[in-house]
Amino acid sequence: MIRLEHVSKVYKTSTRPALEDVSVEMDKGEFVFLIGASGSGKSTFLRLLLREEVPTKGRVYVANFDVVRMSRRRVPRLRQSIGCVFQDFRLLHNKTVAENVAFALEVIGKPRNTIRKVVPEVLELVGLEGKSARMPHELSGGEQQRVAIARAFVNRPLMLLADEPTGNLDPDTSQDIMLLLERINRTGTTVLMATHDHSIVDSMRRRVVELSLGQVVRDDSRGVYGVGR
Amino acid sequence: MRASFVFSEVMTGLRRNVTMTVAMILTTMVSLFLLGVGLLVVRMIDNTQTLYEDRVQVNVFLTNDISANDQSCAQDPCRSLRSDLEKNPAVETVSYQNRDQAYKRFKEIFAAQPELTKLARPEALPASFSVKLKDPDRSAVIIQTYSGRVGVDSVTDQSKYLESLFNAFNGVRDLTFVIALIQATAALLLISNTVQVSAFTRRTEVGIMRLVGATRWYTQLPFLLEAVVAGVLGAILGIGLLVLVKLWFFDRLLGGLFNSGVLSSIQGIDILMVSPWLLLTSVAISAVTGYATLRLYVRT
Repeated sequence: MIRLEHVSKVYKTSTRPALEDVSVEMDKGEFVFLIGASGSGKSTFLRLLLREEVPTKGRVYVANFDVVRMSRRRVPRLRQSIGCVFQDFRLLHNKTVAENVAFALEVIGKPRNTIRKVVPEVLELVGLEGKSARMPHELSGGEQQRVAIARAFVNRPLMLLADEPTGNLDPDTSQDIMLLLERINRTGTTVLMATHDHSIVDSMRRRVVELSLGQVVRDDSRGVYGVGR
Repeated sequence: MRASFVFSEVMTGLRRNVTMTVAMILTTMVSLFLLGVGLLVVRMIDNTQTLYEDRVQVNVFLTNDISANDQSCAQDPCRSLRSDLEKNPAVETVSYQNRDQAYKRFKEIFAAQPELTKLARPEALPASFSVKLKDPDRSAVIIQTYSGRVGVDSVTDQSKYLESLFNAFNGVRDLTFVIALIQATAALLLISNTVQVSAFTRRTEVGIMRLVGATRWYTQLPFLLEAVVAGVLGAILGIGLLVLVKLWFFDRLLGGLFNSGVLSSIQGIDILMVSPWLLLTSVAISAVTGYATLRLYVRT
């Protein structure tokens, strides 16, 4: 599903590489935590998968896409097969919950009938049935993140990237969000989650890839956050 | 591509940025209006030129003696002058106009100014030959040959008078084009600026669109169409202004010249012919500016 081969990334404005000779492989349906301190290269890792950035060296494969060599015209196809969730939710504040989710389908040209059918379905999946007409500011942080997850998942992507999705949430709410991500993972969707949250990583016991100063320093199939330190 | 989605995005964009939109529309309007005036003047010059092409002649005015005594050009020197002119290879036709005919024609031309026709007496008007040339540009030869001949008072080339008239029109045309160009530059910068502001205010939307895999057309077409919609509105208003100015300025102020046939008038059809070009120019400029701005300043 994801394969990085000897990937290095040096930003023009920096002398130290953000990633250095990283080789990782993740299978379809896996649930993987990407951990590491701030500046360890987690964000760069995720941006490479989305082709927000192109590596300085090495190859990146996502699903059937050769991310480095693909033409610009095909990039939207790649991104349509990846769902994204962020710490700051990134909802549109002038649209309702349902409109926020529908927006993701509208802008890729899905027919209106399809949208009318799948939006309520995905809202039910994330536990927001009955809140579809609310505005984002009327919702709690956890609920807003559910909307964001619904939006990321509504097009049934092969893979879900979550960049510190619980970073702004209290522990209980975080736990709920993790249950939701697990549920999505059980549908066969690969989930890659970058996080700082020790307790979540420790309690889930999933594969952990740790980055430090741009290098993979650990790859445990059933890891915890703090081992080896 | 879902047209309704793009359309609603465009409308939201134009409303959100309404002062800028109005400024954009007004500058476009003024610019296209001036361009239209310039084009109309061009048409007027062209039409007036064809109007005169058949009429431009060299006039050989005869002396008072002939004017008074030879009504039908039956005696020398009038008769020999006429046959001489008719034999000249550069001349197409020669027609004789005696004093009475000249007076009649004078009254016709200045029918609008009765005080002038009242003052004029037939005795003040000379008889003349109207000489039509095969090549109107070669009037100098005729003027040289016949000036100072017996019975000839003076030889004048009508095209010399017209030239100064056309020069004045050409000046008006050039001036409107220059101002139109300056306005167009302002419109261009405004369009570019509006597209940038618009893209900035909607960066969250655009960010999400890119993330979920919207194609560049989806993310950028709304901005492009905003510019084009404003351009089209500006063009329509500009054309409206042109119609008003035709009705209130051209028709009233130059009406006398139009009616007496001195100038070819500006008709509704002229505006109709010019309008598509104005619309096309506006659409092309706004689309190209919008596209260039997106490519240069807005990350996709």
